[in-house]
Amino acid sequence: MKIESQKDFFSGLLFVGFGIAFTWGATTYKIGQADRMGPGYFPLMLGILLTVLGVLIVVKSVVVKTESGDKIGGWAWKALAYVLGANLAFGVLLGGLPSIGLPAAGLIAGIYVLTLIASLAGRRFGFRRALILATVLAALSYLAFVVLLKLQIPAWPAFIAG
Amino acid sequence: MDLFSNLALGFGVALTPGNLLYAFIGCFFGTLIGVLPGIGPVATIAMLLPATFALPPVSALIMLAGIYYGAQYGGSTTSILVNLPGEASSVVTCIDGYQMARQGRAGPALATAALGSFFAGSVGVLMLAAFARPLTVLASKFGPAEYFSLMVLGLIGAVVLASGSLLKAIAMVVLGLLLGIVGTDVNSGVPRFSFGIPELIDGIGFVVIAMGIFGYGEIISNLGQSEGEREVFTSRVHHLFPTRQDLKAITPAVLRGTAMGSVLGVLPGGGALLGAFAAYAFEKKVPLKPAEIPFGQGNIRGVASPESANNAGAQTSFIPLLTLGIPPNAVMALMVGAMIIHNIQPGPQVMARNPELFWGLIASMWIGNLMLVILNLPLIGIWIKLLKVPYDFLFPAIVLFCAIGVFATNNNTFDVWMVAIFGFIGYVFIKLGCEPAPLLLGFILGPMMEENLRRALLLSLGDWSTFVTRPLSAGLLAAAILLLCIVLLPAVKTKREAAFTEE
Repeated sequence: MKIESQKDFFSGLLFVGFGIAFTWGATTYKIGQADRMGPGYFPLMLGILLTVLGVLIVVKSVVVKTESGDKIGGWAWKALAYVLGANLAFGVLLGGLPSIGLPAAGLIAGIYVLTLIASLAGRRFGFRRALILATVLAALSYLAFVVLLKLQIPAWPAFIAG
Repeated sequence: MDLFSNLALGFGVALTPGNLLYAFIGCFFGTLIGVLPGIGPVATIAMLLPATFALPPVSALIMLAGIYYGAQYGGSTTSILVNLPGEASSVVTCIDGYQMARQGRAGPALATAALGSFFAGSVGVLMLAAFARPLTVLASKFGPAEYFSLMVLGLIGAVVLASGSLLKAIAMVVLGLLLGIVGTDVNSGVPRFSFGIPELIDGIGFVVIAMGIFGYGEIISNLGQSEGEREVFTSRVHHLFPTRQDLKAITPAVLRGTAMGSVLGVLPGGGALLGAFAAYAFEKKVPLKPAEIPFGQGNIRGVASPESANNAGAQTSFIPLLTLGIPPNAVMALMVGAMIIHNIQPGPQVMARNPELFWGLIASMWIGNLMLVILNLPLIGIWIKLLKVPYDFLFPAIVLFCAIGVFATNNNTFDVWMVAIFGFIGYVFIKLGCEPAPLLLGFILGPMMEENLRRALLLSLGDWSTFVTRPLSAGLLAAAILLLCIVLLPAVKTKREAAFTEE
């Protein structure tokens, strides 16, 4: 057996995984019948449908010939890690982590950290450039979100703002 | 006449200074993200949604709608000057638009795109105003069975339009439906698939999904691609106005594009994208006049027709949303979310219950189109400068606005974790060639579909044949099957694949 389309093969497996998980989850709720559908009825239907679709996609990926092999190609691990990492760091700085006793550091600190981490994902990284960008973004965001739109976002660290 | 008094009411609402300002902000951001490749209206609307919480609902919707049709204007600028589609719906504009720019005719190409869009937008708005009432009358005949069948038709429509494998697109819809029903079941009060996490009892936020998949997923995928050679024709934009000969060529093309775009925009699954593809394909079939430049080498009709079509489609895709409450595409699905946040239940009752909102939104679209012509023609120089900003500066800003948008929606850190998960999933989908738009549509329709299915089967005492014995419902399902069959026909299948590989 040769995988003709790598993209289809793995996306099929992914759908089968999701399908089985939802089907199994749905059976833990009351299913009911068509005229009195329980909370599990619709998800069970869809879960089975998704599993079947996933299997069909996997079958197609080994049966239908492709010329290129439909390779997935390299993963942008660096971009993935920095972009999502920047987002997580921002969340932690804005909201704090009560479970480990980390206080909220506010929007401004969050913007600097996010911009610096996210910039690492770019093709060329310059610390000074990133710092300038962060300052511009921080000033603009403060003006737009805190002053003009009055969003309920703490701007400064909790120990300063009180 | 009724229509005129309604439009007068609408203009009364849309012409207040506040609403004019919000229409302008929407159009401005729309053009901005339209010009910038790599960020689309879905992520932008999700990003700016929290900023509209404090606004009255009319102003919020006016602004969000402006982003969508504004993006249709901005998208053409990048297509013509950089040969990169600023928006998916401007993909075909690249073909002839960029060739025109290379021949030093960027000015007329830009002007044609903007003026064609304006004409098409005006027609689209009129269609919206004229068809709204008859469709709401039809909608009043709809029972739960019809609504369910209509949603099936809508989802099939979205699948047919997705590029790539049909099976994968259907699987994405189903996965979207499943994600949509996470949270408390309205009938039994049972929290489903919430793993005991309190934040999940209300379901997954649609901002989280839209932002994760369309925002972060796209950014990561863009960063993963190597930067191609880009030649930006920025210094050569002078004498904007088309010659008399150009005008003669574009007038019929604009009319054809507008007609196709308006009709295809209303279809379930339709919107700006389908219209643009179809209009370009059709325009190529119209025989060339003697001495006319062939298509693909800078024919001005190849800009006029798809650009008119995408804007006409952007306006008319509001018709199913405002009259039936069914979103025909991912952007409209977000508008449903926005309406619900502002306590408006989308559907046929909107026109009766909130006439000032309904007609105000329609009137504002025409005003917005007028603003966009001004934003995009005399001020074209600003947008060209923007194209020179390197992506290294742009993407951290986009990441930041996504993060602020997510946090501000519910003011909790939980959403930030969730968006990271969906950002990862979104990137995986892009790598695996699964288009995410059908997933978002399924996500919004999931709860509505379950509710209507449940009611329909309750009324029919569990008899599934109710969907095919009620004539309206049977008709809608037949249309869905017909649509699927057409796509599966061998001849159409190869054409469809060709259309998407032309990108």
